[in-house]
Amino acid sequence: MTVFVVRRLLALVPVLLGVSTVVFFILHLTPGDPAQMMLGDYATREAVEQLRKEMGLDRPLYVQYGIFVADVARGDLGRSITQRQPVRVLIGQRLVATAELALAAMFIALLVGITLGVLAAVNRGWLDYLITTVSLLGVSAPVFYLGLLLIMLFSVQLEAFPVSGRGGPLLPAIGALFTGDPQPLLTALRHLFLPALTLGLSFSALIARMTRATMLEVLGQDFIRTARAKGLNARLTVLKHALRNAGIPLLTIVGLQLSGLLGGSVLTETVFAWPGLGRLAVDAIFARDFPLVQGTVLTVALIFVLMNLLVDALYGLVDPRVSYA
Amino acid sequence: MPPVLRRFMRNPRAVVGLAICLGVSLVAVFAPHLTREDPEYIDFGKLSQRLERPGVSTPLGRDNFGRDLYSRIVMGTRVSLGVGVSAVLLGMFVGTLLGLLAGFYGGWIDEVIMRTTDVLYAFPAILLALALVAALGPSLTNLVLAISFVSVPGFARVMRGSTVAVRSSEMVEAARATGVGPLRIVVRYVLPNALTPTIVFAAISLASALLTEAGLSFLGLGVQPPTPSWGGILAEGREFLRTAPFMTNFAGLAILVTVVGFNLLGDGIRDVLDPRNGG
Repeated sequence: MTVFVVRRLLALVPVLLGVSTVVFFILHLTPGDPAQMMLGDYATREAVEQLRKEMGLDRPLYVQYGIFVADVARGDLGRSITQRQPVRVLIGQRLVATAELALAAMFIALLVGITLGVLAAVNRGWLDYLITTVSLLGVSAPVFYLGLLLIMLFSVQLEAFPVSGRGGPLLPAIGALFTGDPQPLLTALRHLFLPALTLGLSFSALIARMTRATMLEVLGQDFIRTARAKGLNARLTVLKHALRNAGIPLLTIVGLQLSGLLGGSVLTETVFAWPGLGRLAVDAIFARDFPLVQGTVLTVALIFVLMNLLVDALYGLVDPRVSYA
Repeated sequence: MPPVLRRFMRNPRAVVGLAICLGVSLVAVFAPHLTREDPEYIDFGKLSQRLERPGVSTPLGRDNFGRDLYSRIVMGTRVSLGVGVSAVLLGMFVGTLLGLLAGFYGGWIDEVIMRTTDVLYAFPAILLALALVAALGPSLTNLVLAISFVSVPGFARVMRGSTVAVRSSEMVEAARATGVGPLRIVVRYVLPNALTPTIVFAAISLASALLTEAGLSFLGLGVQPPTPSWGGILAEGREFLRTAPFMTNFAGLAILVTVVGFNLLGDGIRDVLDPRNGG
């Protein structure tokens, strides 16, 4: 297992090098001078020159690239132009908020998605039809529209949940619970609810479709017929034999779709003014803060790649036949 | 009727999908003839009617500048669908070509192309498109370029898969042995084999291209005002959720119905052409 993880981590090096290269060239091979773009049309030539020098833009492209890659390898993502702080610090502040949102959404998505998918695969008929239709609508609805619909329902009509913002970090709030103060946790959860539900429901539609398709495939196989012929309890057959065997393909698909979840979080965070990484990236793009754009995009790609590594490592838990030797 | 077409017409999902796609395409093509008022011009005489609710005189109501929402959504169909279709066609062309090169020649060409697609897959589509538009500057052309760029790796993988499957087949070997040139082999054997998966992938890509366009326009980096696009109208309506939720809802429904249409069409074609589904 350790050997497997180390080998996979080493295999990440070229991918991450590629990712950094793409991010670097997107922002450097574009028409126009980043320094000029950042300062606007009315900046003096001296100010632009000054910024060019500060950003190292006056050096040849290959030198800039070399410096960028070397910095990234050391974990140095440069300084934000607009916020005058190291990019790494800014990202660190936002990472936890995005992690809270993504984990809560993932929990909802797996719970709702797998349940609906299994139900649809087992009860072919009107229930299957209903679930298939709802999940089709779910994968087709833009996540920000779903978010606005939930705001209309829960915040405008029912006035049950706040429209935007984060109610403080979750972990300290859980800590406060032990000192007998439930208020921080309640506030945090109340704020987390709508964004997590939006992103989670949107992703659950995809998982429901995948689960249904995979389950149907597995349920048609011989060993399921054998289990049924032996007179095994129907529920047990589905849950223990079928779902477990559907686990591996399902896990692969979910892993590959995680970038959709991360992309969806960019839009969800914007709708709900959730102070996460996606929001930071969008703000950086609007402010033309190129180091910050590079840093955030790079971090999101890194998260995706690492999560896929985690998915691969999880295979062994789902399927004991997989060995990492 | 050929059997494939008959199977298609018997598949309700495929038929509904096709009907939606055709309907939306017709609206896009004839948009200028279907509008009731200028979708972009702000008539100061109508400012007093801003955010007017849907009614007999204005079927979908008016937006925050007093413009007829129906006309804006109809014109937005042309803009949103136009961006999506051009982006997918461009992405399909480039991606298919790259996949063909990778699958047909193998070796280092294959390695370079496929490792590059691996790298591009590490970015969420919307974020990559966002960074591209930010760097290139927001305009319709750049929007199309960004969205097509994001769809290239998918097409390349689909094409490579089908190419590799045929490359070592006996019919291709026989053709090679009789001295048929590579170009002819590609046209006669490789491309027909890849047609089905590519068409299915194109339909699904269109669905996601529409969502990406809507997302970018929603964030303000897509189609720029006053040009109407569904994502843009939805974003404008966001500020009036309490007073005029219809703005958001009509734009949202337009996106939803269209994306459902392309998803159904993609699923339908796959069901119909999948040899496992009997026939």
